[in-house]
Amino acid sequence: MGEFFASETVQTALDILKTEFPLAIWETIYVTVLSTFFAIVIGLPLGVLLVAGEKGRVLRIPKWILHILNIIINLLRSIPFLILMIVVFPLTRLIMGTVVGTPASIVPLVIAAFPFVARLVESSLREVNPNIIETAQSMGASPMQIIVKVMIPESIPSLISNVTLTITTVLGYSAMSGIIGGGGLGKIAINYGYYRYQYLVMGCAVICLIILVQIFQSVGTRISVKSDKRLKHRK
Amino acid sequence: MIEIQNLSKTFPVSGGTVEALKDISLTIPDGEIYGIIGMSGAGKSTLVRCINMLERPTSGKVIIDGKDLGSLTQAQLREERRNITMIFQGFNLLMQRNCLKNVCFPLELAGCKKKEAVERATELLELVGLGDKLKSYPAQLSGGQQQRVAIARALATHPKILLCDEATSALDPQTTQSILSLIKDLHDKLGLTVIVITHQMSVVEQICTRVAILNHGSVVEEGVVSEVFASPESEEAKQLVYPEGYQQAIETEREEHLIRVVFNGASATQTPLIAKMAMEENIIASILFASTRSIGDKAYGNMLLGISGGKEQIEKAIAYLRRIPDIHAEEVTRDHG
Repeated sequence: MGEFFASETVQTALDILKTEFPLAIWETIYVTVLSTFFAIVIGLPLGVLLVAGEKGRVLRIPKWILHILNIIINLLRSIPFLILMIVVFPLTRLIMGTVVGTPASIVPLVIAAFPFVARLVESSLREVNPNIIETAQSMGASPMQIIVKVMIPESIPSLISNVTLTITTVLGYSAMSGIIGGGGLGKIAINYGYYRYQYLVMGCAVICLIILVQIFQSVGTRISVKSDKRLKHRK
Repeated sequence: MIEIQNLSKTFPVSGGTVEALKDISLTIPDGEIYGIIGMSGAGKSTLVRCINMLERPTSGKVIIDGKDLGSLTQAQLREERRNITMIFQGFNLLMQRNCLKNVCFPLELAGCKKKEAVERATELLELVGLGDKLKSYPAQLSGGQQQRVAIARALATHPKILLCDEATSALDPQTTQSILSLIKDLHDKLGLTVIVITHQMSVVEQICTRVAILNHGSVVEEGVVSEVFASPESEEAKQLVYPEGYQQAIETEREEHLIRVVFNGASATQTPLIAKMAMEENIIASILFASTRSIGDKAYGNMLLGISGGKEQIEKAIAYLRRIPDIHAEEVTRDHG
């Protein structure tokens, strides 16, 4: 065992662990959180539109708009992330000035994640009992009030668990972005593990990713369950 | 006053349309508790949803206090809906809000100040007997309690009209009683006009003053509850008024003459009616069918008596029974039910 730790491979791995991992972990977290945030900013209204705009629901939106929206979402959802990253290079350059580096990877991550968020929001909002929406209408609620005061608050637990799902998915994508210019744990895993055969380093990066997913997931689940007033035990 | 004029509603379905309501005209005066009764699929819920324009009528008008609701803009209609509130079979409370915030909800929608809303909501929850549940969530309450919260919520904006869509259908008989008496109570206190949609005759008997019977989208009978109850004319009304087994009792061949006795809230539970009739008038009656129940100390329901003897005996019996308040009696001839 002592021999193992003394070996050169292990020594370099430990060095990398000390020098490069803290920054990489930080990069992964901030890229994930920021990308998820922007994805929600874009995806949430779209998801709302998809549900509220349906026939006989809250908003009156021309059918063709919803149709186009659906096509765009499906299109973006079906492009593999690596390809999408390359496809949106021009956009990334336009917004960030460059296509490489950690902040630059936020652009493709948002583009990949917002359609996903829109679909998840759609499914969360569909769970809201339509009778409750009708009740709000019977009390004179405007479409905007129904969205802001009924649909979204009533589906908060489900929305939170879907945000958690988005975070863990974006975390995976962000690691993938390490292949072409992105930073963080993914970059380390690819650079050292794939290009330089330092599997130990790669293994450590993967373990870090696993731990991060676990943390995000369990915190998210806890908040979601706690926020749900339907599950409160009767006093 | 609510005037429903020649109201029709058709729904498109695959391969055609369904006529849910056909040319309905009703006038509901202020302060009435008006029952609309019918079997499932008769169009009751559609009708009540047309009254507050949750469903737009295909043709016809709904006029409330002289205002034609169909001619209002969306914003005017939303304003008007604060005057016509509704409670539902499924209570439809916001599950992620506590009771107090549920009752505050319509006030929030109306742009009421938070402090005033909380005051009003607290007052209303106390009025419906849930003063100690302000911070409870709907999931922590029983069905009856949830309906009380829904009633408090419906009253928050000081409405003039309360629509009850099968409001007691999901509740057990005892809770139904308490909710009905709450509605009656609030009606008396606040001078509400209440429209009660139900499929249960017992609900109509208990709180309504007038009733319309709906069948396949048309009003088949309309009138004062005690009259419709005492002598239903239409086939549908008879089906609703007479419990199962009654028709068979009538159709069975017998020597005796038949008298139908309707208990319409008579205080008859304390008096042995049939025995007294036998002793005082010397009329012997056999009970061929009875379906009565006591609510408090009042009796409701139907009874079919067989009386042997001549025409005189029958008339004497009917006269005797009719002298008792809230009891209706009539001879039943066999060819009509």
